[in-house]
Amino acid sequence: MQFILHHERCSGCRACLLACSVANFREITTARAALRIEPRFPAPGDYRIHMCDHCGACAEACPEEAIERKEDRYVLREEACSACGTCIEICPNEVLGANPETDLPILCTGCGECAAICPRDAIEIAGEDLQEVNA
Amino acid sequence: MKGYAGTILRLDLGSGRIEKQPLPGRLAEDYIGGRGFVARLMWEELPPGIDPFDPANPFITATGPMSGHLLPASGKTHFGSKSPATGGYADSNMGGHFGPTLKYAGYDGLVLTGAAAEPSLLVIDDESVEIRPAGDLWGMGSLTLEKRLKEDFGEDFEILTIGPAGENLVRFACISHDFGRQAGRTGIGAVLGSKKIKAVLVRGTGSLEAHDLEGLFEAAKKAFAAIREKPGFLGWTPEGTAGITNWVNEVGAFPTRNFQTSFSDHYEAINGKAVIERLKVTDKGCFCCPTPCGKYGRTRTSLGRAEVEGPEFESIALLGGCYDLQTIEDVAYANYLCDELGLDSISGGVVSAWAVECFERGILSREEIGREIRFGDLESLAYLLDLTAHRKGLGDPLAEGSKRAAGTIGQGSLDFAIQVKGLEWTGYECRNAPGMMLSYMTADVGPHHNRSWVLGHDVVGSAASVHDLIAGGGEVKKLPKAVVGGQSKNVIASQHLRPAFDLLGVCRLQFMELGFEVEHYEELFRLCTGRGLTWQGLLETSERVWNLTRSISLREIPGFGRDDDYPPARLMNDPVPNGPNRGHCLSREEIDQLLDEYYDARGWDRQGRPTAETLKRLGLEDVAEKLDR
Repeated sequence: MQFILHHERCSGCRACLLACSVANFREITTARAALRIEPRFPAPGDYRIHMCDHCGACAEACPEEAIERKEDRYVLREEACSACGTCIEICPNEVLGANPETDLPILCTGCGECAAICPRDAIEIAGEDLQEVNA
Repeated sequence: MKGYAGTILRLDLGSGRIEKQPLPGRLAEDYIGGRGFVARLMWEELPPGIDPFDPANPFITATGPMSGHLLPASGKTHFGSKSPATGGYADSNMGGHFGPTLKYAGYDGLVLTGAAAEPSLLVIDDESVEIRPAGDLWGMGSLTLEKRLKEDFGEDFEILTIGPAGENLVRFACISHDFGRQAGRTGIGAVLGSKKIKAVLVRGTGSLEAHDLEGLFEAAKKAFAAIREKPGFLGWTPEGTAGITNWVNEVGAFPTRNFQTSFSDHYEAINGKAVIERLKVTDKGCFCCPTPCGKYGRTRTSLGRAEVEGPEFESIALLGGCYDLQTIEDVAYANYLCDELGLDSISGGVVSAWAVECFERGILSREEIGREIRFGDLESLAYLLDLTAHRKGLGDPLAEGSKRAAGTIGQGSLDFAIQVKGLEWTGYECRNAPGMMLSYMTADVGPHHNRSWVLGHDVVGSAASVHDLIAGGGEVKKLPKAVVGGQSKNVIASQHLRPAFDLLGVCRLQFMELGFEVEHYEELFRLCTGRGLTWQGLLETSERVWNLTRSISLREIPGFGRDDDYPPARLMNDPVPNGPNRGHCLSREEIDQLLDEYYDARGWDRQGRPTAETLKRLGLEDVAEKLDR
């Protein structure tokens, strides 16, 4: 599943972060989400949505080769991950975070719950390939 | 305890002692959360009779059981203390993201007692709680400070700040958060200042436990979807609270030039449309809010440029109406100054307008003030706000609020100090609105629209229909004089309804402005906590809290009662000079009738004191005993 980001519609409410966490970790927190909302205040005074665009930089950087491509997204093989944090550091969108309890990286599963909950359609599910849509 | 974080964090700033107290089950059952926690903890822990700036005055922060959960508008945080403005019960709340983050850090509430020896930051990072010196930050503006702390600590910290006004114990100093959210009322920021706390930072990486997570997720999705279907989703949200400006003026309730009148000629230059067309950059929402009322934008004036959230309706009414600023750019700039200085923009507008009227009447001279001050003049307002926040010259008495300042300056100036109990009035003029007048007179913290709002009932009650009031093309017709009598029922219902959301930890606006249904709240509460909640039960708890907060003021203010419920003389004696309500005002006899009916309906005596029977009916036996009722 791919997403189109409409930054100008985002009002910073973070419902997307909670939906992501609940859907993927069964936890009510903003600290386990695979996306990030960047408030830019006091200037320029707006929000930027940061999501995984499946660029593959994490997989390429992983010393354990624990991240692999499956169909249209990257997934973590937890048993292979050493929680070294290399992928988190290298992510160009800065959306990879560590699960505070396990230190394992949190990867977008493409479930679409963030887009579904967003009351302002700031995250839109696209049928096409994200790279093309955002190009 | 599902839904809650389960712990109250207590910190004595004098000794540095930290206690993590399990949330008492009885407190959660009887008072639910938020404002209910504030009221009960204050009743139990405030040493009776102390000064609001005594270190022993507890500064209480509380969230609700629904705060931080995945459901609409779950971002409210409540603060309470003995009020610097009134000397009685105080609470003030704000949206934003602080409360949810406090819960993720593991705490439903925070109780600060004592005072730090030097200017300090309180840094809560999950289980770690630390006091750090902040001498180099003392004196800094609220917005500037928040930016600095975000840079120093990181974006994932949520931050409360006070500005110079809080440091200097201005009795209407606010707490600021998220570049434009304030807990503005009752002088709560000055309590933090008296404890030498310049900012509170919190980061929380834990999670909340819900009674039925799967059910809550599904119900939340339905709730968000239901709100999107409401006409108000697209009708109300774009302008937010500022959207009511035209209507308030058209029904003759817009406070203008220190409430000299209730109708402004320039309202279209400062209304919600002006905010959108001339200021707005983005909609800015609180935690999980589907209908963001925050309008963040930029303004440019003779005094410079600024980025600012708002102005929302209240700042428009008190800076653009009461101080009579003529353009939305000027209103926004004054709003920015209040935010940066850490002043409540409501009281800031009213107190400054009172000073202008004193100058116009020759009560205050140019020499005493330091310059000429005029309604509508941004420069003179900026001058007054700066004096006030720093207690310089005339700013020292102004920082005491309009009631105390009038006590110092005298010469009849109390008659036009627009306050009750020492707190300034908010954005609705009431000389032909008896229900709204009664609401302001009897609001527990002092006049505040968030306790009761029945202006619509008043207006409809004075004519066959609202549409009859305004002729085609916007021509304003005169309204008939409102009939006084029978307002109490609506006022009391509103005083229980509006603060009920403050118990849950959610914003009321989705219910009030969009008609989001009661059933959603009942179901979401049950899924969060595992406890049943009926709407009627919630309102009964709200009534318990209302009687408890009244009791706290009775305990704290010597001789408190009926005399503290009267509006200023202007609103009883001076007929409105122009606009739809010209010629109208409520007489002293009518005000007395309103109070008598209200006290009777509440089960209070005619001096405004809850009877023992009423307190016992509400489960407040211990309060009745302590007050010797």
